[in-house]
Amino acid sequence: MARVIVDVVLKPEILDPQGQAIARALPRLGFSGVSDVRQGKRFEVELEGPADDAAIAEVRKMAETLLANTVIEDFVVRVEG
Amino acid sequence: MRVGVVTFPGTLDDQDAARALRLAGAEAVPLWHADHDLKGVDAVFLPGGFSYGDYLRCGAISRFAPLMTELVPAAHAGLPVLGTCNGFQILCEAHLLPGALVRNAGLHYVCRDQRIRVDNATTAWTSDFAEGQEITLPVKHGEGRYVADAETLALLESENRVVFRYSGSNPNGSLNDIAGITNEAGNVVGLMPHPEHAVEELTGAPGVDGRGFFSSIVSKLVNA
Amino acid sequence: MNLDTVKRAGQTPDERMPFAELGMKQDEYDRVVAILGRRPTGSELAIYSVMWSEHCSYKSSKVHLRQFGTKAPKSEALLVGMGENAGVVDIGDGWAATFKIESHNHPSYVEPHQGAATGVGGIVRDIMSMGARPVAVMDSLRFGGLDQGDTRRVLPGVVEGISHYGNCLGLPNIGGEVVFDPCYIGNPLVNALCVGLLRKDQIKLAVAPGPGNKVILFGARTGADGIGGASVLASATFEDESQAKRPAVQVGDPFMEKLLIECCLELYQADVVVGIQDLGAAGVSCATTELAAKGTGGMDVDLNLVPLRDPTLRPEEILMSESQERMMAVVTPGDIDAFLAICAKWDVPATVIGEVTDTGRLVMTWDGEVIVDIPPGTAADEGPIYERPLHEPLGQHDLNLDTPDTLERPTDLRTTLLQLIASPNLSSREWVTSQYDRYVRGNTVLAQPADAGLLRVSEIMPGAEDTTRGIALATDGNGRYAKLDPYAGAQLALSEAYRNVAVTGATPLAVTNCLNFGSPEDPEVMWQFAEAVRGLADACKTLGVPVTGGNVSFYNQTGSAAINPTPVIGVLGVIDDVAKRVRSGFTAAGLRVVLLGATYDEFGGSEWAHVAHGHLGGLPPRVNLEAERDLATVLTEAAKSGLLEGSHDLSDGGLGIALAEACLSQGVGATVSLPGGDAFVDLFAESSARALVCLKPENFEALTDLCARLDVPCYGLGETGGDRLVVEGVLEATIAELRMSHEATLPGVFG
Repeated sequence: MARVIVDVVLKPEILDPQGQAIARALPRLGFSGVSDVRQGKRFEVELEGPADDAAIAEVRKMAETLLANTVIEDFVVRVEG
Repeated sequence: MRVGVVTFPGTLDDQDAARALRLAGAEAVPLWHADHDLKGVDAVFLPGGFSYGDYLRCGAISRFAPLMTELVPAAHAGLPVLGTCNGFQILCEAHLLPGALVRNAGLHYVCRDQRIRVDNATTAWTSDFAEGQEITLPVKHGEGRYVADAETLALLESENRVVFRYSGSNPNGSLNDIAGITNEAGNVVGLMPHPEHAVEELTGAPGVDGRGFFSSIVSKLVNA
Repeated sequence: MNLDTVKRAGQTPDERMPFAELGMKQDEYDRVVAILGRRPTGSELAIYSVMWSEHCSYKSSKVHLRQFGTKAPKSEALLVGMGENAGVVDIGDGWAATFKIESHNHPSYVEPHQGAATGVGGIVRDIMSMGARPVAVMDSLRFGGLDQGDTRRVLPGVVEGISHYGNCLGLPNIGGEVVFDPCYIGNPLVNALCVGLLRKDQIKLAVAPGPGNKVILFGARTGADGIGGASVLASATFEDESQAKRPAVQVGDPFMEKLLIECCLELYQADVVVGIQDLGAAGVSCATTELAAKGTGGMDVDLNLVPLRDPTLRPEEILMSESQERMMAVVTPGDIDAFLAICAKWDVPATVIGEVTDTGRLVMTWDGEVIVDIPPGTAADEGPIYERPLHEPLGQHDLNLDTPDTLERPTDLRTTLLQLIASPNLSSREWVTSQYDRYVRGNTVLAQPADAGLLRVSEIMPGAEDTTRGIALATDGNGRYAKLDPYAGAQLALSEAYRNVAVTGATPLAVTNCLNFGSPEDPEVMWQFAEAVRGLADACKTLGVPVTGGNVSFYNQTGSAAINPTPVIGVLGVIDDVAKRVRSGFTAAGLRVVLLGATYDEFGGSEWAHVAHGHLGGLPPRVNLEAERDLATVLTEAAKSGLLEGSHDLSDGGLGIALAEACLSQGVGATVSLPGGDAFVDLFAESSARALVCLKPENFEALTDLCARLDVPCYGLGETGGDRLVVEGVLEATIAELRMSHEATLPGVFG
């Protein structure tokens, strides 16, 4: 068993109003020094077998097909641990 | 003429879509997401709603429904398809239309009567309008901001494929005020506003400006 | 952890049980021991503690609520009255409407988004469990002062929760209220109403008859949501513990609820349901005990079969879980396959967890051991009943003596009008209501800001095509009036909702209510409650509209400060021909503007006293139920004869606000002159039983004849048209400036 993480974030050029709202709220809460916030999604994919190259490639395909909309989103696949 | 109305789990406006088609003189044929069967319809309406709860992304899961595996090639082959709201989102996720629809710039769901300009009156679904005509239709969505890369936008504009633009104020921050677009062939049209809610005097939005969509497709099919 | 079985309970009679922690009093616990003849097991205690909580048992309110039955007017329309999940009313042509309003106040304070969302989900399932298709929702909301910080946390969350959940279900949101008052700052009120339609002969009830029939739990799996919520969250006062209680808040899944709605309707259509109950507060405990108590009296349940989202849950927790989007059905063995097939079509998990018996016992097992063995009626229907002490609040008399008569009255009435129309409670609600889908399913004839929501019936359900009828709904409540006089306050709330239904042209038929009060253990609060119930029951009798059901929410207080008593009343009406509905406001130029009803110098509890002077004192406007009834008759008769082009109810802010709102609704101005000698009283008094109508000049005489026949005062005020409101010799304001004042307030605070 292994866990593979897929992080999906809007592409840099796509406006992220949720991230902006958070960035605007932070100074109001006393957090300073933040120049920008982007909001994304994190998927925890539990594999039945080991996270070998073939499995990672399969997860990458899942991300391309379903988890991310590559028209507007980028994704990163990594093995946890 | 027979026009299919697709129901996914979480589809909401299928009843309105069927009614609008009936009022225009078409037969509305219910299509079920889990069937590999378009029932030989002459056109398809993908109505709005929250298919699969809008989980993951709006339209992302519906795109893989068995019915869609039939619809996509049929649309490429010229079958007229109209997607409104969630239907538009599904058409984009299925790459029948370019770009994507993301969270409204104002971050809130917006339900209001919206002025819209018809910029392309040559598609299968807009031929009964005049180019430049202003109509009022309800918008009601939380994720209706149309985005696409600069190249795609330029292509849409140069090919006159922006079918509708928000007029007056832009409810969601869409690029170029885009409310609806079409594919290269002009048979697939997607838009965020809801023509099916503007076909009767008694109910829905003020006015009956939505009727033009349904009379357009009916006259196209009659003359086909 | 040892399993606390019935056998073990018999062997360890002296084991201390945590009844106090579960909100149960010593004498209540002693009663459980007496019923069972032994100490309860942990699971049994869980059941009794939730079923006997204030929220589920109505133990403090029951003795008063009985008046809704004993004083009920004769009504041929009432098909199912109080005591079921929701009341059902005959709307004609073989169709029935079921409706109910329910509170989700405390959860919405703790976690506004989920609290409000699950409030909508809960009331929708109540309506589904009557066999109906839910067709619309409304929300009656109260928040702290608009300028108070926490309002900025609570309101946007509540609105978003209602918006997301309701929109996702495809239920048009057609009306309701938003009121601000500092008394609600720690205790916002979120009262959700749902209305459903069904064939008159297909009403479903929460019963489990027929030994051998199967008990099916279907919908979402059971998790740790709201464990203890029913007795802790919904009835205990909380001060500053909201952070600690956050994990107990239940989370809603509107997509599952939407599937459940379609699934249930198909189950009803296939006629494979004997009895059905939704799972709300108290979850499996409530559904099993209530179904069993109303059936042949017994039920066996294997709790191991309950599908779990969290596999570590103990049986006590399963019994108390408030996980949302669950229903329980009783199904004959022969229909099980058909039932499960329909659930599978809609991707709704369904599991047989038990069987109906005729033993008179509710028996539950876990790992093969009996952990519950009780007579279900003792938990469901035979809970404690309290006659709590009550007395008029100290200071009530002084409050009533502190009349608004001494307040300085304005001379510049234009400024007053612009100030009032921009004030928190009278300003545009668009910021809120534009987040709700009012169009979905295409049957909305009228929605906010109209006085009442109105739906066309014919296209909602298959088979209804031939009816021309429509149903109208309105909710109203005024905590300031009720604070000054709870008896009159409840009657005024009913009067206003009744009038709001009538201005659309519909005839008011039936009532639902959500009674929001402070702690029943405070005799002053209990007096307010008793007075409000007495007032409402008396007024329902006079107006001929029965109470069909509702909900009591106590403990809306922080420390010793209770909210203003806030009875919220919902009225349902029917219009025979929905095409004859009367639209809201001034609908065209060139129409006569007419005021119906009499105006008195009445400013106690008024918006003017509140906004201009921060004053609350004296007595509320006089209740005149006969005048309300006659006014409603004029409005419905005039609508039926096609005399009216537009209408608007007069309420908070009086004629001045009604005129301004009527102008704003379609952007049509008006020029009017006032009937009385005192322009300030004419414009801003809040006398009841009044409405504004507009009509073609040629219909004016017919209307005055009708008014004369029913003895309803009728004043021709002037004519519609132009781009401004002109009150001759008094004030003038353009529609543009009225709109600017009206619409800027909420966006100014919430963005």
